[in-house]
Order: sequence, then C-alpha cells, then structure tokens
Amino acid sequence: MDAILLQILNGLDKGSAYALIALGLTLIFGTLGVVNFAHGALFMIGAFCAVTLQRLLNLSFETVDETQKDFLGNPLKVKTPYVEAWFGPETGAAIIDWSVPLAILVAIPIMLLVGYVMERGLIKHFYKRPHADQILVTFGLAIVLQEIVKYFFGANPIQTPPPEALSGSIDLGVMVGFDPNAIIYPIWRLIYFAFATLIIGGIFAFLQFTTFGMVVRAGMADRETVGLLGINIDRRFTIMFGIAAAVAGLAGVMYGPLNPPNYHMGMDFLVLSFVVVVVGGMGSLPGAVLAGFLLGILESFASTTWATTTIPGINQIIIYLVAIIVLLTRPRGLMGRKGVMED
Amino acid sequence: MSKNDVTRRRVLKTGAVAGAGLAMPTVFTAQSASAFTNEPTGSNVILGFNVPQTGPYAEEGNDELLAQQLAVEHLNGEGDGGCLNTFTSKALKGNGILGKKVEFVTGDTQTKSDAARASAKSMIEKDGAVMINGGSSSGVAVAVQGLCQEAGVIFMAGLTHANDTTGKDKKANGFRHFFNAYMSGAALAPVLAAEMGKERRAYHLTADYNWGWTQEESIVASTEALGWETVNTVKTPLASTDFSSYIAPVLNSGADVLVLNHYGGNMVNSLTNAIQFGLLDKVANGKDFKIVVPLYSELMAAGAGENIKGVLGSMNWNWQLQDEGTKAFVKSFGEKYEKPPSNSAQTCYAQVLLYADAVERAGTFNPCGVVEALEDFEFDGLGNGPTWYRGADHQCFKDVLVVRGNENPTNAYDTLEIVEITPRAQVEYDPEHPMFAGGSLGECNPGS
Repeated sequence: MDAILLQILNGLDKGSAYALIALGLTLIFGTLGVVNFAHGALFMIGAFCAVTLQRLLNLSFETVDETQKDFLGNPLKVKTPYVEAWFGPETGAAIIDWSVPLAILVAIPIMLLVGYVMERGLIKHFYKRPHADQILVTFGLAIVLQEIVKYFFGANPIQTPPPEALSGSIDLGVMVGFDPNAIIYPIWRLIYFAFATLIIGGIFAFLQFTTFGMVVRAGMADRETVGLLGINIDRRFTIMFGIAAAVAGLAGVMYGPLNPPNYHMGMDFLVLSFVVVVVGGMGSLPGAVLAGFLLGILESFASTTWATTTIPGINQIIIYLVAIIVLLTRPRGLMGRKGVMED
Repeated sequence: MSKNDVTRRRVLKTGAVAGAGLAMPTVFTAQSASAFTNEPTGSNVILGFNVPQTGPYAEEGNDELLAQQLAVEHLNGEGDGGCLNTFTSKALKGNGILGKKVEFVTGDTQTKSDAARASAKSMIEKDGAVMINGGSSSGVAVAVQGLCQEAGVIFMAGLTHANDTTGKDKKANGFRHFFNAYMSGAALAPVLAAEMGKERRAYHLTADYNWGWTQEESIVASTEALGWETVNTVKTPLASTDFSSYIAPVLNSGADVLVLNHYGGNMVNSLTNAIQFGLLDKVANGKDFKIVVPLYSELMAAGAGENIKGVLGSMNWNWQLQDEGTKAFVKSFGEKYEKPPSNSAQTCYAQVLLYADAVERAGTFNPCGVVEALEDFEFDGLGNGPTWYRGADHQCFKDVLVVRGNENPTNAYDTLEIVEITPRAQVEYDPEHPMFAGGSLGECNPGS
C-alpha cells in the first residue's frame, strides 16, 4: 500500500509538470489556433530565469588569500558575493538561498514579455498558414532558443537547489497512520504539486470569473461573432499567449530544484506534453489537466519493478500506448470538443 | 534586360564536372600509389579530433578539444612542452611528427554514432587525417573504431568505459587509453568492503544501453565476490529525466546501497533525486544507507553540486595526482586555460602524444607500423604512473583512482577527493576474461 501511495505521489508530481505545460499549449491552441512547438522552450527559459537570478545574486568580488593556494600553487582568490557584502553574511546568504522562490517574481514579467514578443514578432504571421508551417517555424524557434541558452550557460546541468528550509524530505506515512519511514517524500516535490494546483486553479478561475476570461472563452467558441461586437479579441488572445508563456515559465522555475536545468529540458517535455494535449482533447483545458495527471501516474506505475518485469519496456511506451487506446476509443480525446482540428 | 544563358545541357555539363571534382579526393585515395591511407607527402600532417561539440556532452568535448590543441602546440615546439618533458620515451623533439608540422581538423560527434562516423569519414576522406582521436561515448567509440579499421587509419578512442570497446568490439587499428567498467569494479570493491563492510544489499539503477549493461555486470560481479547481495537491477531508459519513480521503490526494497550505473545528465538527475528522497539520511538493515556512482567525471561532479558529497566512485585520472606527468600537464593546461583539466582532457592529450611518439619510434605514419610501436608499449610520465598498452586487446593498463565527493571543497575544482590510487596489477585481467570475450583484433589495415 505504501509503495502504491508513493507512486501516486510521484505520478502527481510528474503530472504537475505535464499539466502545466499542456495547459499553456491548449490555451494557445484554443485561442490562436497555433500548434506551438516552442512551448517546451518557454518551460526551459523559465528554469533559466532561476539560473540567471542565482548567478546574479552570486556575483562576487575577489580578494587574495595568501594562506591558501589554488590548483597552480598561486595564492587563492577568494570570492565574496556582493549581496553578502551589502547586507551582511547571514542576510546575503539567505537571499542567495531563496533564489528560486525569488525567481518566480522575476520570471513572471520576463515570461509575459517573451510570450508577447514571440507572438507579435513571429507567430502572428503564421495564423493563416497550415498547421504544418506553424509546427516547422515554432520547432525551429525552439532549437534557436535552446542553442542560445547553451551558448551562454553551457551544456552541463546547473543546480538550482531549493531553500535549505524546504530541502530534504518528510515522513508523510506517519501523518496518515503508516509505520515510520514507510512513505518518505521530498518537501519540494510536494510544494511543486501544490504550486501547480494553485496555478491551474488560478487560470481556471481567471477564465471563469473575470470579464476578460469570459470574453476569451467567448472568442475561443466563436471568434468572428466576438469581433463583430466591437471587441478587440486579437489583443486579448495575445495577452493569453503571454499568460500561457508565463505558466510554462513558472513551471520551469519551480522544476529546477527537482532536476537541474539544462538547455535541452524543454525538448524532453515537448513531445510528452503534446501527447497529453491530444489525449486530453485538442482545445480542452480540463482535458489537458486531467490527461497530464493521469499520464503522470500511469508513467510512474509503469516504472515499478513489477511492471517492467511483467511487460519489459512498458515504462518507455506506456504514454504512447495509452494515447493509442484513447484515440481509438475516443478519437477527440478524453474531453475533446466536436469540430476542433477536424476541418 | 539581361540575357539568361542557363540551358539544360549546360547545367548537366556543369553538374558532371562539379561531381567529378567533389569525388576527386576519394578517387585519388582509392587509386593512388600511396602505401597507406592519407600518407603525408607535404611538410605537414593532419590529425582529426572527433569530439562532441554539440549535444549533452559538449562540455566534455570542449575540454577534450582544448587538450588536443595543447598537445599539438607541444608537438610543434610551442608553449612549455608539457608532458614532453616528463614522458619516459624521448622520441618526441618538439619539431612536429617526423619533422612535419602538426595541424588538425575537428569533427562534431554530437554523441551520436551515425554523426560521429560521418564526421570521422569526412576528416579522413576530405581532410586527409591520419589519426582520429576523441569522443565521450562507448557507442560512438565502437562505431568510429569500426570505421577507422575499414579506412586504414589509427583510432585513439577518447572517453569510452564499456568493456566491449576493447572486448568483443576491439579492432587492430584502435587503442583505448581510458579505463573500463571491469577496472572500475576491481578498483572500487576493496574500498567498498573497507568502508561499508562485506554484508551489504545493493540495488542497481542502470542506464539501458550497452555501457550501462557492462558496468552493471562488472560492479555486480565485483561486489558479489565481496559477499554483497544484489537485491535488484533495474534498467532505466536513457531518455529519462526524472528518476523519482525508480528511486521510490528503493526505499522499501531491503537494500542498503544504491548503485547508480548512470553517466552525464542521467547521473546528475538520478543522484539529485536520490538525495531528495533522503536516501543518505536513511538507516537500512541497521546500517547507514550509501550511494555509489562507479564512473565519475569532474564535469558530472560539478553538475551534481552538493549532492555528490561523500559519494564514492572511480576515475581514470584526476588533476590532484602528484606524479610528475600530471603536474606538468596541469601546469600547462591551467596556465593556458585558467582551470584544471578534466580526465577526458587528460586522456585525449596523452593519446595525441602517444600516437606521435609511436610514429616517431616506428619511423613511419603507416598505421601498421604505429600499431606495432604501440602494442605492449610501456612508459611513464603522462600521468597515473607506469602504463602499459597491452598488445593482446589494445587496452591501456595503469593505476585507477577511487574518489569521493569532497565534504569540504575549497573551490570550484576540488569537488572530488582521491580516496585511493588502486595499483595497476589489481585491475588487470586476462584478455580472454568472459566479460571481454567474443571479439578479435583482426589484422592491422593500412588502407589505401
């Protein structure tokens, strides 16, 4: 039982990342009709917002310590971060320690801007082009973005650890009546799941309970009619693109402490996220979230020893297997709407 | 209005001439009177450095390239000479190779076998490279080694750790300076016994490809010989980025040691995940839980950050060694690039010098002469102490390092500390050992 609960937790955690990325993809597809293959790159850029802030906070000045030697036997140059010099060692170290949560504040405006520039500068020119053209140009953009990141940050993964107070793991099992050490789970993974739930809830609330959201939903249902009412729906859709970019970016910022960011991380999630969108149903926001968590949990269970010994290789194909089964039985996906991508 | 002279006939003619022109290097190679492939006839000789310049191992490839460039400088008599001053063979004079100035071309393996073969082929056929060196993957090494054997040039494999490179896939034209998975197991086992005891239960997570399998086989064999029990061996897809669903079952498996047969990004992520799940804080079977990473590199250690503290593993070489060859190389590399070299850099540097030295001693660039000069060659002064290139399988034997993630690093470069220098004799094995059986060197191929 404890092993099953652990895999459900892992699945929810993986599913959080899938759901957040797929939610953004669906928002863009539902509003602008664009298949955005650069969405994984937005996730990666978000993670590198945290890396950049961490590096900025660690900018240091050097002092020579004659008592220590470097690898060549020369006096050691000791680096002291400016924030520690300005705010004192303890406060400065605490600011650096909390760089990932602080990066959320930095990433929101940056990702909104990135999304705005991407949409206005490139993607809007492909609205009326076939989906194949959109896929090619956004995939090309993704490659350009990841190569830019690699140029500046290198190919190695870069650690962005969580704050000391939120690192490590807690004994969840004891809290729900299991034996001690039965269900030990990392704190930051629980935070990631809670964060994803909050963001997803926030997006749904925004679309459901605000006038802006109502207009966007109306535009998704019938763009022309909303336009005829004198509403500038294009501007709102551009804003939604920015919001979708911010969601992907925030997912990336918070993901960094789970697995160290590298320039390729967006591509690692891209294909999986598209499968999530298709399984959930093209254009369906609840479908994207449901499929994200569902596939995350199934993938976790497929990685267990029991599953891999029973069906060798199941851990590598489970998501695609589920996609095939869903599309054969429900061609529009779990919650797909009639008419979407069917013309 | 300009006149357009383009006609179908003219296009066909131009295409035929251009096609013949492009095919010329291959045609000449195939029909020339040279005794061997790419025999240098001018005042220079071309070496081909085939390293990952893009892809996940680009950092390692970059370090290899820096070291190869440094080796070329030293061969041409530039810089401080580096290991030419400590190498026990005194055939190299700093005047190139056989009096010819050394030049080089580079290729990008992308850590993909097909791309690596294509770039090596291009360097051999178009640029006239007489030797190919570098790489950061066993799959690439085996693929390029096969190509070099067919083409008739020498292959000095870079970072390749799978047993098969000098086991079932060994080739007469190929040599490996790097250590292998068997040696990692042989070096690690006594240290593991001393530090963790002989009654341990190990759980293996293994990257699901050739290198992972051979490393798992080697470590399982060496630890079971100690008396350890193997609780489980789980294969993880190479493309995995999150290992939480593989780590979680370890918690309640009855294991008290986790062995991560992972490299590069896989290792950084699996180790990070294992630390997140508190494995190193856990007590299992009445013992402190331990993690072992059998193959380390400095760049991986940097990627893993603080998670690597206290974790044992093995290495081919480390800049902190105190032998004269290491000190000379670290000084040269450090002063030029302002950082210590990685073990992949040292491997490629040593290989370029060894190739050049073999040519000098053989008195020819003919690959068969070079092979003869390298087989059973014993030397010192390039790092790791006395070293032997065994003729039977073209595997290099030297001391192997057992290292541990430094608990108190003083700078960005001493993330690993040397725990033990395992003597060469302890990691030697019979060429017909079952883990290496099934292949044959075959005959040296001079090509042409």
